[in-house]
Amino acid sequence: MNIIVIAEHFKNSIEDITFEMLGKGKELAGATGGQLIAVLLGNDAKALADNLRAAARIVYCDSPHFAEFNPEAYGKALAAIVPGLSPGMILVANTSAGMDLAAGLSVDLGIPLVAYANAITAGSATSQLYGGKVNVESALAAGPVIIAVLPGSFAADAGKGGGAPAVEAVAAPDFSSLKTRFNKRMEPESGDVDITQQDVLVSVGRGIQNEENLAIVQALADKLGGALASSRPIVDNKWLPKTRQVGKSGLKVKPKVYLAVGISGAPEHWEGMKDAECIIAINVDPKAPIFGFAHYGTTADLFDVVPAITAAI
Amino acid sequence: MNIIVSIKQVPDLVEELEIAASGKELNREWLKYKINEFDDHALEEALCLKETLGATVTVIALDGEDIDKVLFTAAAKEADKLVKVTGVGDNPSSHEAAKALAGVISGMPCDLILTGVQAADDRDGQLGVLLAHYLGVPHVSVVTGVSVAGNTATVHKEYGGGVIAEFEVSLPAVLGIQAARQTPRYVPVARVRQAMRAATIDEVGGNTGGVSAGTSISRMFKPESGAGAQMLEGAPADIAAKIVGIIREKGIKV
Ligand SMILES: Cc1cc2nc3c(=O)[nH]c(=O)nc-3n(C[C@H](O)[C@H](O)[C@H](O)COP(=O)(O)OP(=O)(O)OC[C@H]3O[C@@H](n4cnc5c(N)ncnc54)[C@H](O)[C@@H]3O)c2cc1C
Repeated sequence: MNIIVIAEHFKNSIEDITFEMLGKGKELAGATGGQLIAVLLGNDAKALADNLRAAARIVYCDSPHFAEFNPEAYGKALAAIVPGLSPGMILVANTSAGMDLAAGLSVDLGIPLVAYANAITAGSATSQLYGGKVNVESALAAGPVIIAVLPGSFAADAGKGGGAPAVEAVAAPDFSSLKTRFNKRMEPESGDVDITQQDVLVSVGRGIQNEENLAIVQALADKLGGALASSRPIVDNKWLPKTRQVGKSGLKVKPKVYLAVGISGAPEHWEGMKDAECIIAINVDPKAPIFGFAHYGTTADLFDVVPAITAAI
Repeated sequence: MNIIVSIKQVPDLVEELEIAASGKELNREWLKYKINEFDDHALEEALCLKETLGATVTVIALDGEDIDKVLFTAAAKEADKLVKVTGVGDNPSSHEAAKALAGVISGMPCDLILTGVQAADDRDGQLGVLLAHYLGVPHVSVVTGVSVAGNTATVHKEYGGGVIAEFEVSLPAVLGIQAARQTPRYVPVARVRQAMRAATIDEVGGNTGGVSAGTSISRMFKPESGAGAQMLEGAPADIAAKIVGIIREKGIKV
């Protein structure tokens, strides 16, 4: 079965999720006697293609419309290119960009989609659903299927390096009637602290209940000589600046110690802190997904245990 | 301007989720439902657009558990029209839901369709993108900012690291909302009761047009707990002492 990997890149560099998909795709193509084919859309795509040599074949498409991600232009091109590759399985990143592609491709090509996948075999794909509380395995019928792959599910190293694949260019479709136009990209304002450079992060989630209570976790972060970070809802509430957000749409952090306080451990949060050396979770819900990947945990109430830690130092 | 907001209920993730004896579905008997939190943000953004630009906000949902109450809650928040799509069956896949909604929405006046970027049970993909493709209109997901001028929406799409891309999209379009410009408003129960008396829900028959998820669920399971955390027990002071010990072990000088 041919495994098609839709390569994701950002700011002129191939994203790790692409290597994860190439690694997994290679294994699946090998097991089923098919070819691993990478599809790359870009403004100067050929220059990036060399990174995708884990594939047996690289199909790239150049267009000024691909200089920045554009849901419509990318979607249109993929719907034109993919059917010609005799796809068995199409791997798309379950990322901000990939989310705009996978479901559209499913409708345009009439191919089923399994999203949020963190495990894949030739006949099944497992989705991480319900905020990470339940995994759902789908049986794949014969015929092509699209799988949206959660970043961090597979080893990126397995998709690096490789041989001398065939590299082919395909022409871009007609983009004269696009209804979606890219304007500009905006970088976040740099904050007072860089949470990616800290040894200790005290990270706070919705369990903290209100803005005033942040003082409790801030006091602990100060005592530990670390910084305060948070899950997304805290930033959405504007209780902390965006630069403190850890996760899929926030920053990726690797501190020595990550103290997760009142954070459930949703997959989108996990993406940003999974590489922390030591994760300690404080959460009253014994079934919270965070306990599935924390190293240490307690179900004690944060309002009891956080002040107690501060007092104990 | 006509804004349509598509909302749905999902199991409340704070509650314990039990897997049914079949191993292929949740035990729904005791499940507590709540509005998908990202749909709540979509509704909030629509209401903010209405306040700043003037708009008719129509909230649409597939029939299901407690959906009338959720629709009336939207009315209490000043949504103008409520539509319930019937005949689709329980727990439809994203494809079925999107197809049925597309059928109904295509007959309605509409400039902008807002829905949550994702939902906790989207096994076969996000509703907004599917809906856009069934309707043949453009879409942007992971949206954290929307403004509209004339026939064009300017939207902010968020990537990792807080990087934002700005797009201009010709209307009508579907936007998958990640976060509204402000925290979704809260309405007291009394206002919802009032809305229940004053507002009406239009019921429209829906049709999934034969689409399906195209795959079937073979197994549901909880993530392995074997790989889980070493749990610290005792009184808060004991737990605190253990945590301080662990932090020091990691070479942090405190
Ligand atoms: C495209 C996309 C991108 C996203 N990006 C991110 C991201 O970058 N970062 C991110 O964090 N999220 C992100 N999310 C959101 C994510 O899906 C979750 O909604 C979010 O992580 C939940 O945050 P939380 O854990 O603080 O809140 P909740 O899930 O509500 O968890 C709160 C926890 O606090 C516990 N608690 C309550 N009271 C107490 C107490 N007294 N003591 C101890 N524990 C208590 C509860 O048991 C619960 O587990 C994204 C979502 C989408 C769709």
